[in-house]
Amino acid sequence: MLIGKSPKIPTSEIISETTYLNRRKFMGQSAALIAGSSLLGSAQAGLQEDDEITPEDIVTQFNNFYEFGTDKSDPFENAHTLTTDPWTVNVSGEAKKTGDFAFEDIIKGMTAEERIYRFRCVEAWSMVVPWMGISLKKILEQFEPTGNAKYVEFKTLVRPEEMPGQSSFFSSIDWPYTEGLRMDEAYNPLSIMVTGVFGKELPNQNGAPWRLMVPWKYGFKSVKSIVSIRFTDKEPLNTWQQLQASEYGFYANVNPAVSHPRWSQASERRLPSTLFNTNRRPTLPFNGYAEEVAHLYKGMDLRKFF
Amino acid sequence: MAKTRPNNTPKLALAVLASAPFAWLVYLIALEIAQPTSGLGPEPAEGLLHYLGEWSMIMLLVAFSITPVRRMFKQPLLARSRRMMGLFAFAYVALHLLAYIVLYVESSWQLLLEDFVERTYITAGIAGFFGLLVMAVTSTKGWRRRLGQNWLRLHKVIYLVVPLALLHLIWLRKDGFGDIALYILWFAILLGERVYQVRTSRSTAT
Repeated sequence: MLIGKSPKIPTSEIISETTYLNRRKFMGQSAALIAGSSLLGSAQAGLQEDDEITPEDIVTQFNNFYEFGTDKSDPFENAHTLTTDPWTVNVSGEAKKTGDFAFEDIIKGMTAEERIYRFRCVEAWSMVVPWMGISLKKILEQFEPTGNAKYVEFKTLVRPEEMPGQSSFFSSIDWPYTEGLRMDEAYNPLSIMVTGVFGKELPNQNGAPWRLMVPWKYGFKSVKSIVSIRFTDKEPLNTWQQLQASEYGFYANVNPAVSHPRWSQASERRLPSTLFNTNRRPTLPFNGYAEEVAHLYKGMDLRKFF
Repeated sequence: MAKTRPNNTPKLALAVLASAPFAWLVYLIALEIAQPTSGLGPEPAEGLLHYLGEWSMIMLLVAFSITPVRRMFKQPLLARSRRMMGLFAFAYVALHLLAYIVLYVESSWQLLLEDFVERTYITAGIAGFFGLLVMAVTSTKGWRRRLGQNWLRLHKVIYLVVPLALLHLIWLRKDGFGDIALYILWFAILLGERVYQVRTSRSTAT
């Protein structure tokens, strides 16, 4: 449903998941050789030679989604209760077309394409994930943002009866979870709205029915289960900045040179690791996507705007 | 007539209980080695580190509870378990630190130093460890005799070690403070009991 109707495929053409993963792996490895070749070039942008796709069970069973609890196994354990159909998205602010929209109507006629991105969490672990997504620019343009729209703000659903983390007495987060981008960041070709992963519908624990993916920023920027899009002329106050402004900024670009009070950002642990090898590797500026996005921040002091 | 041997059953039972989390960890490590990510998750080093950390906190509070529990429930036998429980707490903390150094920063002294200097929760944790180390080393009969009155004074360092351990945990955690609230409540009750003891013993003395 979310990725568009799939035509009937003869059994002979269906490949096993192992073959699929091997192909992905092969494509990842050959990305360096074929970078520049049109289609793969955009899907594989910034991929390093040794970037191997993270196993699906780790991508879907080990992540942060505080709406479902603060342990990284909580989202997988608790998110099955979430109802994602019907799903309404409210669009407001500096745009010509505002109001409530059904999710299916927003993405109608758009096809999700595969994007294999590195995913770098501020907690210094990382993955490589084959997302299925739609260009964010394409999605936002249909609402015809006005000249006053300098930023776009996203909000996650608030539904404590289905999201146990939101009713937790011991959480200090002021729901809804809020994130934002500058318009030029949102319009960058790397920015997508994810509707699937590993060629399947996006699971609830990963932010169904749709989530943002901005791969050059720390994972917390890529807000999940979005129900509100607001165009504004003021920089939105994102949730983590609201909680701890000395640690989390608005931009949150992956930057090995700017250390965090809790985690060194100079290196990262690529999952899965083993007990005796954390699979540590150096972290790249903009998570390895400098070529695509560094120009957005020309002249800015990234130590100040972290 | 032979001297009656003191009843060792409560002490033995406590030792078995305090060893159980470690035994379970050995089992998880065996699972992990047999099949990666099955015992300790996709980030086994961190899984192990946090497991040992939580139990370090609990064992510290258990050791800190021995004296008040002995007084409240009039169980003089417990006094003989205090040193043992303190050493159990030290053992969990030492393993926690060892796991951090060997498995997490992978013996990179540069990373370790950076963490120690830049990350206050690491600074607090390591400071707490040294406090506990001093207590463990001087916990023998010989040291107790040698230090005399100063021994009790020295072991008051526990009143610093537990808050440092709590700070270590609070500063690390981003959100979800349920367990921390429980630990703080536990610590506050134990402190309250001690304040009460000091007050009543003073008033009876005068």
